Amino acid sequence: MTLLEVEGLSKSFGGVTAIADLCFKVPEQQVYSVIGPNGAGKTTLFNMLSGIYTPNEGSIKFQNRELIGRLPHQVASLGVSRTFQNLQMFFNMSVLDNVKVGCHLRTRSRIWSAALRLPGIFREERQAEAWSREALEFCRLEEFIGQEASALPYGVLKRLEIARALAAKPSLLLMDEPAAGLNDTETVEMRQLIRRICASGVTVLLVEHNMGLVMDVSDRILVIDYGSRLAEGTPTEIQRNPKVIQAYLGGEVQYAV
Amino acid sequence: MFDQILQFLLTGVTVGATYALVALGFAIIYNASDVVNFAQGEFVMIGAMSAIALSASNGLPLWLAIIISILITVGVGMALQRFAIAPARGASVVTTIIITIGASIFLRGIALLLWGKDIFALPHFSGETPIHIGEATLLPQNIWVMGGGALMVIGVHYFFNHTTQGKAVLACSCNRTAAHLVGINVSRMMLIAYGLSAMLGASAGILVAPITFTSYETGVMLGLKGFSAAILGGMGNPMGAVAGGLLLGLIESLAAGLISSGYKDAIGFVILLLVLFFRPSGLFGKASADRV
Amino acid sequence: MRYLRGFFILTAIVVAMPFLFPDNYYVTVVAVAAGLNAILAVSLNLLMGYAGQISLGHAAFFGIGAYSSAILTTRFGWNPWLAIVAGMALTCSVAFLVARPILRLKGHYLAMATLGLGIIVNILLVQGERWTGGPDGLGDIPTLSIFGWIVDSDLRWYIVIGSVLLLVVVLAQNIINSRSGRALRALHGSEVAAEMMGINTTATKTAVFVLAALIASLAGSLFSHQQTFVSPESFSFFFSIELVTMVVLGGMASTYGAVLGAVILTFLPELLVVFEEFEVMIFGAILMLMMIFLPQGLLVGFNEQIRKWLLQRARASGGEQRRDIA
Repeated sequence: MTLLEVEGLSKSFGGVTAIADLCFKVPEQQVYSVIGPNGAGKTTLFNMLSGIYTPNEGSIKFQNRELIGRLPHQVASLGVSRTFQNLQMFFNMSVLDNVKVGCHLRTRSRIWSAALRLPGIFREERQAEAWSREALEFCRLEEFIGQEASALPYGVLKRLEIARALAAKPSLLLMDEPAAGLNDTETVEMRQLIRRICASGVTVLLVEHNMGLVMDVSDRILVIDYGSRLAEGTPTEIQRNPKVIQAYLGGEVQYAV
Repeated sequence: MFDQILQFLLTGVTVGATYALVALGFAIIYNASDVVNFAQGEFVMIGAMSAIALSASNGLPLWLAIIISILITVGVGMALQRFAIAPARGASVVTTIIITIGASIFLRGIALLLWGKDIFALPHFSGETPIHIGEATLLPQNIWVMGGGALMVIGVHYFFNHTTQGKAVLACSCNRTAAHLVGINVSRMMLIAYGLSAMLGASAGILVAPITFTSYETGVMLGLKGFSAAILGGMGNPMGAVAGGLLLGLIESLAAGLISSGYKDAIGFVILLLVLFFRPSGLFGKASADRV
Repeated sequence: MRYLRGFFILTAIVVAMPFLFPDNYYVTVVAVAAGLNAILAVSLNLLMGYAGQISLGHAAFFGIGAYSSAILTTRFGWNPWLAIVAGMALTCSVAFLVARPILRLKGHYLAMATLGLGIIVNILLVQGERWTGGPDGLGDIPTLSIFGWIVDSDLRWYIVIGSVLLLVVVLAQNIINSRSGRALRALHGSEVAAEMMGINTTATKTAVFVLAALIASLAGSLFSHQQTFVSPESFSFFFSIELVTMVVLGGMASTYGAVLGAVILTFLPELLVVFEEFEVMIFGAILMLMMIFLPQGLLVGFNEQIRKWLLQRARASGGEQRRDIA
């Protein structure tokens, strides 16, 4: 089953093409990675998938529903969640509250009923807390639960962002460079976490520069360069693909491994 | 009708020139230190009030009084940077706004102590014989304001684009750390930026002091107008601020003449809001996008 | 009920004051003003401290509420309660109309736009002489009566304003510790991440803007009936700035901080009166110094100082292993 289908996607910024006529399909319950040199358009792609940018052309179908034209919160409400390349934590909030925000779409209370503390609120608060603890435990963050987000080290924040995204119970999780800036131990933990996420039934779309990690966790890989598709296939196919080798090792293109 | 409009335009440009200088000062401080300086209007007031005090009671010749009062204001500007802004580095936008508001109240308090609540005027620089252009009239002082304003703007432009010091200040505003790394004395550049900005404010105050009357309170509204003008032009762009100032002066003068003088300030702000609704980063400002 | 601990302390203080200091000028007169300011500061803090949307024009909504009550009761003979509701309805529609375009702006542009809004409303109050009485203001505004209990003494006003303040504090605390409150704080932390978690940031900003305006309007109406006289200078740009100062002074994103800031800023000028002509200067200096040395605000700043002090003591006695509490 295809979960996400991208067709003929293009985006340019003031005449500079970032993504050109890109097509790919992400099958359900797999880890699908997008790799490419710096500036190849990976983050632009993520921003279009999550509704932050509007593409110039093309279509993005998620569970057969068109995503283009929807605002980020509407995309999120369909079951797409994401993490960010440069951390976007709520540093003004506690660890638990950060993850509770992730439960926003699974809860319903409005500002007026909250102001008056109508009875349903207590139940909903308990429920949100239970879900959040679950997500934190899933990401092995239970020891940080009582702390402020601003007090945590970088590696922990990277996982906290994932916990927050998972608290929304998404069917598709977009991960933008989850291992960037992590040390070796943390990278191993991240690799295991990605596997666990996929095993729990969440499809993962991954952008990452750490090739070891990508080759290890991915079911399929899409290589893009200058905004277009260079190759697509299983990790073994990609590693043997002459065009990929050319782009990464030959020529003058700066590669990042 | 045409003459009337010409008259409004002339008044508008005069007022606009003052706004432009205040706005330029705003933009310089904002660019150098990311601070919206609500004490900007007090520079105008201090410049004008001390020039009046020095020339009237101490009997100094006008030119000497002007020079000394500009120097006093520059000193105040630098002191503001050194003792109020620099110690609070890294504070949030709102905190720095309140510090500058505190500073402006403080300066106003001092002015109140020194000069009381009375209203003063400076003598005209070169007589009060009106010049006639068609049916419209112009005071020599209006020409002083426009000419002086233009000269200051050109000077600032030259300073930032053609002198090492000016470029060093610009470098600090682009990237403080990098500027520091290439050996620029960042804290000195900050002092220069505040001093320059104070000088512009003081000059504006002194230039218009003969036409508009001055009291310890005049800085408030001028500061607000300067801020509006800087926003209208787009905060990050000094020459945009100048254009914004002129534009605001013209709008107000036309609104006062053609619609209602009671509502002229309101009309200025309504136009400002409309501009912001359609161009959220001002007329000449660059739109900034969050990178994620 | 942990998040309401501060509320119970506040209630105790509000109740105890008139008993501890009966017939004291500061309690019955100044405290009423402080209470009104606290209501306004708490509402502004929802918008500014929690949602991170600066407003330099909050006095506008305070003014709309005050003048609605004043005009409807004096010129049309409306019942004060009906006038309060009408004022809130008017405020609600004005706030709703301007919220969207204004809240699209960020940082200094937002500050300027809200400041402009405040000034425009103030000019309308000054210029709309036929209705508002112009710069001279409107007088003879009737006082409130609650089921025959006429609010006609300082102490009674203290009771009314104190109750409304406590109510507003509870509402604010309830909101902050709920799904909607987290949405507010989230959009302060990172707007794009908040959107990605499914929060409609535009709707959330609009909601909190309207809510803050509604509370301000209520405070304005109460002010009208309490003072029995209104004039435009109570709703000027300066007052908006004063409100922002209260919020920041007490500590942003803290309801009790906002209350503390309001109390300090109301009492300070009263105490500075003894300095006569030095009053303005000293007020400015205190403001500057407090913000330079306690930029996070008094409540947060003090808490932090106390925590640091406790930590140092703990370290001195408990040795190294307790360091990670920090």
